[in-house]
Amino acid sequence: MTKSRFPANRTPEIGAFFQRDRNWHPPAFTPAYKTSVLRSPQRPLLSLDNTLSELTGPVFGHNILGELDNDLIYNFAGPGESAIGPRILVYGRVLDERGIGVAGALLEIWQANAGGRYRHKKETYLAPLDPNFGGCGRTITGEDGSYCFRTVQPGPYPWPNGPNDWRPAHIHFSIFGHGFAQRLITQMYFEGDPMIWRCPIVRTINDRRAIEGLTAALDMEATMPMDARAYKFDIVLRGRRSTPFENRIEGS
Amino acid sequence: MVQGLSRLKESASQTAGPYVHIGLTPNFVGISGVYERDLGAAMVADKTKGERIRVNIRVIDGAGSPLKDALVEIWQADAAGIYNSPSDLRGSADPNFTGWGRLPTDMTTGECMFETIKPGRVPFFDGRKMAPHLTVWIVARGINIGLHTRMYFGDEETANAEDPVLMRIEQRERVSTLVAPRDGDIYKFDIHLQGMNETVFFDI
Ligand SMILES: [Fe+2]
Repeated sequence: MTKSRFPANRTPEIGAFFQRDRNWHPPAFTPAYKTSVLRSPQRPLLSLDNTLSELTGPVFGHNILGELDNDLIYNFAGPGESAIGPRILVYGRVLDERGIGVAGALLEIWQANAGGRYRHKKETYLAPLDPNFGGCGRTITGEDGSYCFRTVQPGPYPWPNGPNDWRPAHIHFSIFGHGFAQRLITQMYFEGDPMIWRCPIVRTINDRRAIEGLTAALDMEATMPMDARAYKFDIVLRGRRSTPFENRIEGS
Repeated sequence: MVQGLSRLKESASQTAGPYVHIGLTPNFVGISGVYERDLGAAMVADKTKGERIRVNIRVIDGAGSPLKDALVEIWQADAAGIYNSPSDLRGSADPNFTGWGRLPTDMTTGECMFETIKPGRVPFFDGRKMAPHLTVWIVARGINIGLHTRMYFGDEETANAEDPVLMRIEQRERVSTLVAPRDGDIYKFDIHLQGMNETVFFDI
């Protein structure tokens, strides 16, 4: 992680990040998602202007990536084998709130297999493991913030919360921007899935538009012919102030 | 009507869930052969400058139990107080120190132990020096949006007393929730999500 791996033709930005809209994000305490009850801070968050500790963040170089890291159909499969399930591409861009592509953003994803089963020791769902599917992938965005994964569409699965709660099909995303204050984990849902609006985790978000913003659109124009359909999923990270007029004393 | 500002909204957060390890520390849960090693597991190398320390972190829920399925990330300056980030324009950080670490809490004890170095002091935005600290970010099942806090060092009383962030905390008895006591080379940082000792979390 050295500075030289940062895209060379961009000047690093150092402006403060836009304030997070806490009414848009889910609140910490959401009793319909039961686990949140004992895990939600109850005191108000302490608001803090960004310092260097939040304005900076780790940068990851393409040298950490293996060739199949963004191809979940093959990155865990045995020789000559591949994961079972509907083959899809998940592609899009990482943007910031100003609409500017975020270059060099590390994206890490994880998901259940096509039957809705995770490869994890705490997982007890009766759907079988796929011996050729691990369930993790990662990539780094290009100069314009674009990225692409190939995977299988995950299945829905039941989970212990209410007596009959099911997760909609989803892919978990972890995203690094350029500052640690942009750090984000979220989930991608699939257009047209009737399970989305029933899910207590989805419904921790109060604003319907915020949920729609996590729902990927089927894009038949971006399919790989005779291989995989495509879903487009753009991710938005916090924007940062550009400071044409300096009004702060920067650190020594 | 006026012109629109044409800003986008940040993607809404969703919980990392119980299987966060599959994506972020796959080798830890036995998914081997995809990534050579789990990212962020090693912060220091032989040549890293600075005082070697260990930081033991637990995340404790409202019933007093440590979370056994949490994931903790830390971000810190190098021994000279420089961040290994293009956005730190003050100089080059120690090339042998990433400044970033990531560990899952142990599935039995709920602890994780970072091996790192003690960071130098970093200026606040007005130029005053902050006390040495780690930025800490926590996600887990049941946490809807990642929690930001800081860990300060128990043996830095003088620096802590003049730290501009700690000075912002109105209820002075809560300052201690951010200060980890030292025992040998280990700092022990218990993060309380709720209760009498609820840790100060930041909206940054
Ligand atoms: Fe999931």
